[in-house]
Amino acid sequence: MLAAVQRRFLFIKIGVILLTGLLILRLWQLQIRDGSHYRTLSQDNRTRSILIHPVRGLIYDRHGILLANSVPSFNLYVQLDDVPDRDALLRKLAELLSLDEQALRKTIRDEGRNMLVRLKQGLSLKEAAIVESHRLDLPGVEIHPEAQRNNPQGAYAAHVIGYVGAISEEQLAREEFQGLSRHSIIGQSGVERVYDRTLRGRAGSKLIEVNALGHEKRLLSVEKPHAGSDMYLTIDFRLQKLAEDVLGDHVGAIVALDPRTGATLALASRPSFDPNALSRGLSAEGWNAMRQNTRHPLMNRAIQGQYPPASTFKIILAAAVLETGIIDQTRTLPCAGAFRFGKRDYRDWKAGGHGAVNLPAALAQSCDVYFYRVGHLAGIETIAAAATQFGLGQLTGVDLPGEAAGIVPSPEWKRRARGEPWYPGETISVSIGQSYVMVTPLQMAKVIATIGNQGIARTPHVVRGIRERTSGRIEERMPSHPPSPVLHPDHLQGIQAALAKAVTDGTARRARSSTVAIAGKTGTAQVVALSATDGEDVPSKFRDHAWFVAYAPFERPRIALAVLVEHSGHGGSMAVPLAKRLIEAYMSYESDGEPRAPSPAPGFDQGALPHEGNRGNPLHG
Amino acid sequence: MDESWPSHRGLDSFDWGFVGIIVGLASLSIITLSSVTGPAAGHRWPIYWKQTVWFGLGSVAFLVMSAIGYQTLARWSYLLYGLGLLLLVVVMFFGQGARGAQRWIALGPIRLQPSEFVKIAVLLVLASHYSKQTQPGWWSRVLLPGLLAAPGFLLILKQPDLGTSLSFLSIYVTLLLAVGIKSKAFGVMILSALMIFPFVWGGLWSSLQLYQKERILSFVNPQYDLGGQGYQGLQSRIAVGSGELIGKGLHGGTQTQFQFLPEGHTDFIFAVFAEEWGFVGSVLLLGLFLALFVLGLDIAMRAKDLLGALLSVGLIGMLAFSTMVNVGMTVGLAPVVGIPLPLLSYGGSSTIMTMAALGLLFSVRRKRWVFRL
Repeated sequence: MLAAVQRRFLFIKIGVILLTGLLILRLWQLQIRDGSHYRTLSQDNRTRSILIHPVRGLIYDRHGILLANSVPSFNLYVQLDDVPDRDALLRKLAELLSLDEQALRKTIRDEGRNMLVRLKQGLSLKEAAIVESHRLDLPGVEIHPEAQRNNPQGAYAAHVIGYVGAISEEQLAREEFQGLSRHSIIGQSGVERVYDRTLRGRAGSKLIEVNALGHEKRLLSVEKPHAGSDMYLTIDFRLQKLAEDVLGDHVGAIVALDPRTGATLALASRPSFDPNALSRGLSAEGWNAMRQNTRHPLMNRAIQGQYPPASTFKIILAAAVLETGIIDQTRTLPCAGAFRFGKRDYRDWKAGGHGAVNLPAALAQSCDVYFYRVGHLAGIETIAAAATQFGLGQLTGVDLPGEAAGIVPSPEWKRRARGEPWYPGETISVSIGQSYVMVTPLQMAKVIATIGNQGIARTPHVVRGIRERTSGRIEERMPSHPPSPVLHPDHLQGIQAALAKAVTDGTARRARSSTVAIAGKTGTAQVVALSATDGEDVPSKFRDHAWFVAYAPFERPRIALAVLVEHSGHGGSMAVPLAKRLIEAYMSYESDGEPRAPSPAPGFDQGALPHEGNRGNPLHG
Repeated sequence: MDESWPSHRGLDSFDWGFVGIIVGLASLSIITLSSVTGPAAGHRWPIYWKQTVWFGLGSVAFLVMSAIGYQTLARWSYLLYGLGLLLLVVVMFFGQGARGAQRWIALGPIRLQPSEFVKIAVLLVLASHYSKQTQPGWWSRVLLPGLLAAPGFLLILKQPDLGTSLSFLSIYVTLLLAVGIKSKAFGVMILSALMIFPFVWGGLWSSLQLYQKERILSFVNPQYDLGGQGYQGLQSRIAVGSGELIGKGLHGGTQTQFQFLPEGHTDFIFAVFAEEWGFVGSVLLLGLFLALFVLGLDIAMRAKDLLGALLSVGLIGMLAFSTMVNVGMTVGLAPVVGIPLPLLSYGGSSTIMTMAALGLLFSVRRKRWVFRL
């Protein structure tokens, strides 16, 4: 029995040897054949790449006044999958930081899909210290120091600068945002948006070694982020601030251009908004309030508001009829207060009329009947061609997002847009800038700048130059110029003289200045087809929009501007004084001892730029 | 057969081989455990130091067992087994444990795991039963031993401790096959099937979907951490594989040092070793184990009486089963069932009891030697 049993053990021995061989075979498989694969896996296991967000470039006005920078902000996050008891945590947090527990709960609910939820932005140092000292009682709660976009000038120039915000899912999918991650902050409007790629910089990353809990053990390598470039705007912040201040509570827009370059000196739109509030991320209530505001503060009226140009359009019609030879500057036409066409009387703004007027007088007095007559003679096609030459009905090409093109009506346009034929009576209305013709304040500023700049058109732009952060090299930005309208010098001078006369002795007498010679043209746009009659301010809704376009000084213009004030009545009484104040102020800036060469294209060498001393950016360096 | 027995001196080369293997494995255990805690761990009692103490106590157990001798112990086997079962019942009601399983009795600072003790006791019981009941027959060969082993098996399974209950089962099956099978071929087949079972299961296992695996595991053991299943296995394979030919060096195993590898000091100690010593070290370690088993089986084959032979073969069967399944699950050939690697894994009760069992084996060899004198 013993021997028989013991013989059987041999097979057990063989079995054990075979199994050991099998294990060794498997070890060969894992360690030798696939060893490098598993070596890579073990490297990936313990290393983690962390994105380092770049510092966003700064934005200055043309003289180096800081308009946008980044400041450090302590933001409170909660990693939901690390939270064992959500209710207890929220109660504790609400108690420690005196927050509304319900609001916290709502924030988490609203961001339901994300596991990392931002509960509060901009913690004070004291609050951050409170959270840190209760760290053990607050599992999953993290404080992330992050760069927060900051606009030290508040709501001033908000439409030009724009605001930033977290990239949306839809934006993430677009090509221009390739290489960005979910938490990237990008410009959402204004210069922040158009020049986002320049301002944004390039994200860096660091490779860290982590343990299984994700805690950093060692820094392996760092690829430093490249800070975004700084931008110098063409905006003169002093003028910008004054423009917004003089508009005050009025709804409207002011655009001031340097006629020689197209540089935008001021681009004001009222009402405005605080970009700081938007960059910090508005609550749902905040967004709703902003959206439902009937005054549309987010709309940049200077480039997005479309209005009938009214009498300011007479400048274009005057150029059109002179150039086509329909009439010369000396020939007078009778004005008896109305122009009869078909069965209808087209009335002049002045009861009784202006008597017999030639073109310069008609322009200075803004005689409607004169322009009804020449407009009728010229015909809609000629008018449309001239308006197009002056850049109406098309984008000016300004480097801001969301610009509106306006409308230059023509029979062809009407057929396409309305499916109706053109009526000759509509030509009469177009002659004084009413009917379908629509322009933006920026377009009208460009028109008047072209007249002031001896008929040479310039592309309006808001960015003067870009300074690369690391090299300090400044790249001047000058857009290509658009085609200029065809104007004979005699015709141009005639129009210029008429516009000067409008100020000295015409409809824009309130712009007459003792310090500077101003030329300009008023306009009063009739508000038609306002169907909505909600709200208490119905009367003001039917009041006319006031226009004034002007340039100064008359001999060598350095500023051209368009002022539009919605529902404020006659252009001469409302818009003109504002323009005068701005022009006088701007002239005083230039003579306040600042050495600046009045060359056609102002020098943009490094010396003319402010030193980079106080950049107000504590995150950098 | 007896002529080949080389022993005619007190301490011959065979003694040195047997003891040397055990000392070698114990040293590797302590070195590897020092890597798990790290050389500069702040604990007052790092586990490699504790393990050294367990080996010291285990050496005492080894000497005591070999001195008492297996024949004396076999006479007390039923009493020992009864005591073991009683302890298991005590554990069931007053025990402590981890991950929802009750496995330990706390005696002051020392935690006793009775299931390890019961394994040795049942081996003694079954071996002495078979050595007396030499007549073939279903009752004496299969059913009665089965009934003897059942209470211990079920009590351990109930804790729940799937791994220990399986190695408990392996003792019964090894002895059953050693004595009970007439046809050698059939015996080999069954034996192979038993040994290969975990590996077949491993193959089948990897073809299942994750949720199916989780279902099966939760059926077998409801308390097991389901979420960690795939993670453990993968991290273990990464540790082993990334060791490549010569390993990452002592304390150089990133899987271990950065805590990606769970249970690196117990069930997955082979992964820690393989990561740091590579293919070369792993083959050497398996070679040491194989040498231990071959020497153990030699003792069984040359035992003077049936009791000694069955005790030895049951013991080696149990140790080989644990080793194969443990390494198998570490390299992804067997499911993760929670069986420690004999002599390598950290653990007071298992280390001491394994050393005691090896003492028992040594007493079988000594008995033979005494007879020769």
